[in-house]
Amino acid sequence: MTITLNHFSAALVFALFASIVFGITHRDNTRDMVKYGLYCFALFLGGVFVAGWAMWLLRR
Amino acid sequence: MANSTTEKAKAAPAEPVSLMSVLAPAVGWLIPGAGHMIQKRWIRGLLLFVSIVTLFLLGLAMQGRIYKANGGDILDILGFVGDVGAGALYIITFAMDWGQGAIAFATADYGTKFMIVAGLLNFIAIADAYHIAIGKKQ
Repeated sequence: MTITLNHFSAALVFALFASIVFGITHRDNTRDMVKYGLYCFALFLGGVFVAGWAMWLLRR
Repeated sequence: MANSTTEKAKAAPAEPVSLMSVLAPAVGWLIPGAGHMIQKRWIRGLLLFVSIVTLFLLGLAMQGRIYKANGGDILDILGFVGDVGAGALYIITFAMDWGQGAIAFATADYGTKFMIVAGLLNFIAIADAYHIAIGKKQ
C-alpha cells in the first residue's frame, strides 16, 4: 500500500501527532497537556505558513 | 563551581531503583505507550501508542526507508538511532525487509523522516514513563 501526501497534509499530520506526544510528555496535568499540545500544534502550523511565505518571497 | 556541583550531587537524594523504573522504559520502548499503560495511565498510553504507531506506519506507507546499524555514514547512523527508538515497529520492519525506500516517489523522503521522528518521539515517551515510575511526575 502506498500513501501519497502532499507537502501541506504531511506537515499537518506530523504537527498533529508530534503535538499530542509533546503535550502529554511535557506537562503534568490534563488541562496543561491540552493547552500545550494546542500551542505546539499552532506553532508547527504557523511555522509551515511562515516558511511557505518566506520561500515564496525568496523565489521572487 | 566544581565544589558547588559536587555538593549538589551529594545533597540530592538517591533515586530508588524499583522494578517499575526499569520495566516501564523497557516496555515503553518495545511498544510505544505501553510504559504508561502498565502504570495505569491508560489514556496517555493509548494516545502515545496511536500517535507514534500511526506516524511510523504512515512513513512506511509513504515508501520511506529505514536505516540499518552499519550504515557507515554518520547521518545514516543518526537515522538508525532515530529509527531504533520505535522498538518493535523497527524490529518487525527490519525483519520483514520492509522500508526499503522508493526513489520513484517524491514523498518517500517525508516517509523516512516520519519514521525517524516516530522513534525520537518514543524516546521522549520512554523518558516520561520513567519519570512517572520514579514519582517525579504524576
